[in-house]
Amino acid sequence: MTQYLMSVWMVEGTEPYASPEEMEQAFKDVEAFNEDLKASGHWVFAGGLHPATTATVVRAGESGEVITTDGPFAETKEQLGGFWVIAAADLDEALALAARATAACKAPVEVRPFQDEPAA
Amino acid sequence: MDIAAIFRAESGRSTATLVRLFGDIDIAEEAVQDAFTIALERWPSGGLPPNPGAWITTTARNRAIDRLRRESSRHDRHAQAVLLRPELHDAGHDPAGPAGPVTDDRLRLIFTCCHPALAPAARIALTLRLLGGLQTPEIARAFLVSEATMAARLTRAKKKIAAARIPYRVPGAAELPDRLPPVLTVVYLIFNEGHTASEGDDLTRPDLSAEAIRLARLLADLMPDEPEVLGLLALLLLTESRRAARTDAGGRLVLLPDQDRGRWDRALIAEGQALVRACLRRNRPGPYQIQAAISAVHSDAPTAAGTDWDQILALYDQLLAVAPTPVVALNRAVALAEVRGPAAALAEVDALDLDGYHPFHAARADLLRRLGRHAESAAAYDRARGLATNAAERRFLEARAAAEMLADPEHNR
Repeated sequence: MTQYLMSVWMVEGTEPYASPEEMEQAFKDVEAFNEDLKASGHWVFAGGLHPATTATVVRAGESGEVITTDGPFAETKEQLGGFWVIAAADLDEALALAARATAACKAPVEVRPFQDEPAA
Repeated sequence: MDIAAIFRAESGRSTATLVRLFGDIDIAEEAVQDAFTIALERWPSGGLPPNPGAWITTTARNRAIDRLRRESSRHDRHAQAVLLRPELHDAGHDPAGPAGPVTDDRLRLIFTCCHPALAPAARIALTLRLLGGLQTPEIARAFLVSEATMAARLTRAKKKIAAARIPYRVPGAAELPDRLPPVLTVVYLIFNEGHTASEGDDLTRPDLSAEAIRLARLLADLMPDEPEVLGLLALLLLTESRRAARTDAGGRLVLLPDQDRGRWDRALIAEGQALVRACLRRNRPGPYQIQAAISAVHSDAPTAAGTDWDQILALYDQLLAVAPTPVVALNRAVALAEVRGPAAALAEVDALDLDGYHPFHAARADLLRRLGRHAESAAAYDRARGLATNAAERRFLEARAAAEMLADPEHNR
């Protein structure tokens, strides 16, 4: 099994849901999808994030001092909104899960493999 | 003995088998390359082995195992893992043995190469490299990019296949409707690039067309129950049958109505038409089958004037229903001109949003010419010439624009 990051992408300043009812439905669908992932053994971890305006960037300065700045790091409109970490046999299995993920959360989902295989 | 040609014809199957055995495209490619080097040394003096394909597969497999053993002694964990693969130790398994149509490794490999998770340009390059046996410089030349760019494109795609675990298997029946079209598109695009080279002086690149037909034949052999696969092969054969008539002695483009039909390849036409008939019997039409049927109607006509345009228009109506794109609508309008006249066709063409597509302006120019609107026709030919990238096409459009300019009464005043 390979672990994949399924990241959910949001466009800052736009509302992904047309109505509060639609948002409510998306939350319910994501919850049901998460339960399915756990039942099928694909689940590793998942979570939703606060908006990118709440992010802070920490890095080392030239003389080794710590520089803390108001984030996010990438100044683009497209920001990470949440993610799943799943385990799947191959990319086809991961993409099939991503298709269900995007249907549930109603936002584009990027699938990316982790470098190391999970410890046996 | 043309070792390179024999090798190229056989290497796709060997590469595909080695990918299955070793689970790694790079190992498979290197091993097949090693086998080629050995063939170059041995075949000229020792003669061709009785079954060159089996020889290449066995030699490559042994070279790969040797190479991995050497590397694993240097504590390469990946090499060790590959050497433990059960496929390599299955005593009853003959790596060069005949593969049935269902298990053919090349079919698995083409679905890997044409996976929708890969960039379209990378799908084409990988297919030519791994299944067509073309070397990276040849593929780079075919698509007019630098060798370094093509090498980087191939490396990136292979890394993604390995890292993201793009599977090496033929998709199941449920996935096939989504997964087969990208494969057919790759073969079609390879053919098209050979049929009308997107750049350069010559109109065609016959080697790419031949490679596409070889791939289409392979798919038709391996998936004989998929009518769109047969339709694609039929379309390519019927289009190819007219290659010799598409240019005159000076390399100038000759359009379908003006072609010398005596120069059409009758054997390819017969094969293509038989495939079209076989498709029709299955009654599961799709875009490639319908395009092949249209091409078959043209092939049937003894002269341009004897073309059954009513049937062609009916087929375009059917094509537009399954593939409602502006390009199909444009081609349908060209057929409509033959049935209901250029004015009716021009009205439909003018409604299409295809301003950046040179065949749109060329078709408009031709309709305007037939309506006697020569100045507008010349302008449209000129617009088409400005957008066309193939030199033979540009020369043709330039000549047409000049002729229309002269036919314009205002110009002659």
